[in-house]
Amino acid sequence: MPNGERGMMDEKTIWAALADVVDPEIPVVSLVEMGIVREVLVGETAVTVTITPTFSGCPALHVMKQDIITRLQALGCPTVIVETTLHPPWSSDWISNEGRRKLKAFGLAPPQRHGGNVVVTFFDPVPCPYCDSLNTTVKNEFGPTLCRAIHYCNDCQQPFEQFKPL
Amino acid sequence: MNILTLQPYLLALADDQMILSHRNSEWIGHAPILEEDIALANMAQDELGHATLFYNLYCALTGDDPDALVFLREADAFRHVQMVEYPCGDWAFTMLRQYLFDAAEMTLLARLTESAYTPLAETAVKMRNEELYHYRHTSAWLKRLGLGTEESHRRTQTALDTLWPLAQQLFVPLPGEEELVQAGVIPSSAQWKAAWLDVVRPFLTTCSLTIPADDTPPATNRAAHSEHLAPLLADLQKVARLEPNAEW
Repeated sequence: MPNGERGMMDEKTIWAALADVVDPEIPVVSLVEMGIVREVLVGETAVTVTITPTFSGCPALHVMKQDIITRLQALGCPTVIVETTLHPPWSSDWISNEGRRKLKAFGLAPPQRHGGNVVVTFFDPVPCPYCDSLNTTVKNEFGPTLCRAIHYCNDCQQPFEQFKPL
Repeated sequence: MNILTLQPYLLALADDQMILSHRNSEWIGHAPILEEDIALANMAQDELGHATLFYNLYCALTGDDPDALVFLREADAFRHVQMVEYPCGDWAFTMLRQYLFDAAEMTLLARLTESAYTPLAETAVKMRNEELYHYRHTSAWLKRLGLGTEESHRRTQTALDTLWPLAQQLFVPLPGEEELVQAGVIPSSAQWKAAWLDVVRPFLTTCSLTIPADDTPPATNRAAHSEHLAPLLADLQKVARLEPNAEW
């Protein structure tokens, strides 16, 4: 791409490209659908993308940063800066409807919406992502990654994971 | 107030989380059932994440490198409480230590969300919901252990007799506290301790446990450590010290 065109990259194009960058731990949803990408700023010499971690100990953050840089450099952005913010804290309520649909299709029950008070979800049954039954049991409040819990469906007799509300 | 006054406080918070995380990680592959192995690994990873956030706040003030602080610092420069460096002991000791710590963290974070120092307030808000999952898990275990069998009760009471005085060290004021409290940056240790007692005292009683009379902290200076720290650091720092200039 000629140098002159690089400055014309608009935010919309960047957001569209970021829709290709998937969550390294759940490779069916994008970082945009997860609500992890918070802001895109196109400057004269660099593109700055601000992301926010889901769980604060999430080890995937470094991979996400590198994947964003790789994707935007492929698009033609010479300098990509990825910044991290903690505020406002990421909420699982930010996962888009499309993201929720993809999580479910992947076999991960989407997190219940809680409007900021995560405790309200502690008393909810979690629907089975395979058969939608509410006849399910928590097996472990912790799972193979920080953001997952393990459940069991008593109807279709299938163990499944849930993306934890946060 | 000079914000550099906050340094010892941030280092203490970070080191508490780091060392407890390391201790909990020692259970990986050894927990009584697979689910608990996974749960402890998760909690250890959460505390490691919290340690990272507190080290980042500390290093923003001092210019230090968080990795060097953890992997190359000498034992007497660590500022965690002795409670977190004690070996894991049995299941009752591990769960009770985590419970007492979770209750302390939860009550502290609730107050730090109001901190006049915005980076600290934002960090506290970020951690708070994660901590709820820990508290729910460890308090459920305390009930099972305290109200379970004669043996589980005896072991948990023994653990409480050891941990109760150790836990009091969390609430020993650090240098600069008065100034920081006046500026609205942190809550006073007395206020924090009162909030913690309001949570843990009635709860431990419902678990049929007796709160020990002895509440003398093991030390009033966080530079003082038990004999358990050196072997812990030998393990934690072993690889990094083999090649301090290695690039990862």
